[in-house]
Amino acid sequence: MLALQSVSKTYTHRGRTVKALDNATLEVQNGDFISVVGPSGSGKSTLLLTLGGMLSPASGRVLVDDQSLYEMSTDKRAELRRKKIGFVFQTFNLVPYLTALENVQVPLLLVGINGHTQQERASSLLTRLGLADRLDHKPSELSVGQQQRVALARMLANDPAVVLADEPTGNLDPDTSGQIIDFLAEVNAEGRTVVMATHDMRAAQRARRILRLVDGAIAPDGKGS
Amino acid sequence: MKLRTIVWREIFERKNQLATSFLAIFLGITAIVAIRNVTYYSQKAVSRELDALGANILILPKSATLQDYYSADMQEDDFPEEYVERLMFSDLQGLDNMSPRLSSPVEVAGRSFTLTGILPMNEFKAKAAWQGAGIFARPENCGTVVKAPLSPEAAKGSLARKRVIEDLQQDEVLIGNDVAVGANLNEGDKVAMLGQNFTVTAVLPPTGTVDDSRIFGHLHAVQKLTGKGAVVNAIEVVGCCSSINSGLVQKINKLLPEAKVVTITQVVDTQLKTNRMMASLSLIFIAIIALIGGATIANYMYANVFERRREIGTLMAMGAGSRAVLSMFLLKALLLGLIGGLSGYIVGTVLAVAVGPRLANVPVLPMPILLVWALGISIVISLLASFFPARRAARLDPSTALQEN
Repeated sequence: MLALQSVSKTYTHRGRTVKALDNATLEVQNGDFISVVGPSGSGKSTLLLTLGGMLSPASGRVLVDDQSLYEMSTDKRAELRRKKIGFVFQTFNLVPYLTALENVQVPLLLVGINGHTQQERASSLLTRLGLADRLDHKPSELSVGQQQRVALARMLANDPAVVLADEPTGNLDPDTSGQIIDFLAEVNAEGRTVVMATHDMRAAQRARRILRLVDGAIAPDGKGS
Repeated sequence: MKLRTIVWREIFERKNQLATSFLAIFLGITAIVAIRNVTYYSQKAVSRELDALGANILILPKSATLQDYYSADMQEDDFPEEYVERLMFSDLQGLDNMSPRLSSPVEVAGRSFTLTGILPMNEFKAKAAWQGAGIFARPENCGTVVKAPLSPEAAKGSLARKRVIEDLQQDEVLIGNDVAVGANLNEGDKVAMLGQNFTVTAVLPPTGTVDDSRIFGHLHAVQKLTGKGAVVNAIEVVGCCSSINSGLVQKINKLLPEAKVVTITQVVDTQLKTNRMMASLSLIFIAIIALIGGATIANYMYANVFERRREIGTLMAMGAGSRAVLSMFLLKALLLGLIGGLSGYIVGTVLAVAVGPRLANVPVLPMPILLVWALGISIVISLLASFFPARRAARLDPSTALQEN
């Protein structure tokens, strides 16, 4: 289970203090699929980064399976991310000089899996995402939709229990967006928890719950809440 | 895939950016290896020359100025011959041989030459036998005399190289090659100098030094004919190397405070100074490579960390710890040092072997030990220069890196 308990986070931008999260409290049960919607700058990315152990809050607690994330050491948090959390980004963030296969191998390398198993697993994930004939292509040789599918394969490499997707369809055409959302729904159906920040209301509707973020405060948005 | 695969791919992806850093370390190492290699063989050549000279300590009058080892005794001032006995009967260890000499200009067949009086070894032995002490009674190996050869042919070489001769009568002379040619003299000929007739017992082989213009006679004959009395201009001493190192020169100085004692190393000072300069030059190059190479690498690494902050943030999102990120950058620095050091060694060695003989006039061979130095220096500099940029990467705030556009 993921939980935010009275989490606040502020930034200072050009002398002005901006509230990214304002006393946010949230519980996400295992296997849930939540969409977080809201205008740009409402704190969606901050919420995901905080949940993923990448951004420590100014106050409040973040729990992952009852463990307080920010009371752990940095290295312990990194270990927890390696084992339990998969990230998907709007800009895919693939390593530009590695092939599709190697990009998917990176998380496997970080957990210490040997080269042969890395290749087998990465290859099988890319095949599942329809990229069997693109294993040796670099990101620059792939379409944006293919790049996002490589990013999805990479996210799944270590079989994470939690998927945090930040605007995963933000740079994609409607057809490709649909395929990506279908895939997120598929991994959710396998029992993984999915938290997705998005502008796209059609994509958001595919989640079980929709949360609206307004000036860092979480407000329920009807569906499932 | 291993961490080094990521590092290697990144190097090739951005090889142009890395070129300046590589060049800085490569050129520095090339220069160091080339200089060290040539210096080593130049030093070796000097050692061989020193060895060939035979005598390695010169005792001269206090006022003497030293320009050339071979003409060191050609000066106005002199000192008592009794110094020889003082040395012989002292308890100094490490005196292998001595050759006192007195020189005077003479004219033979209308040309000017130098008549140099030397003391043959049989006279030393006689003195030693009378006194029952001194350098001839000392243990073998160090502090014992060089045995002078007995055959006439060997004696010629011995006098030319070791400056030692077993026997020489007061009416006999040995002449240098230029004297023989210039005055048209051969073995067995008679020659008149300072009002006395001498028999030429040998013509010495050419040495390429002022010794070729010398006529060697008995010291006591020269003393008598020049009217200078029992004095000499110089004493050449063959000293035991280990004894020289342990202060033989200082001990002779103490024994003969009125004389100037110089070692052969001072005589070939110019060559040694050149070698020392080359050695200092390589130190300067090490300093330059450390500063410029180090600064270039550090600058490149900082820029590389800045450029890759989104990539670093992504790796951290996937669970890379600070140690993995630090290792990634240090591994890159290690590879840079390894390649820079290895290529610098190869090119520096080729350069030294090709250009060294023209620069230092000595044959130069590759020195594998310099590979260890080249790699050591380049890797250490590369790692040190990259440490702070690598640490910055490891401490990067991933959320900031990921939220930047």
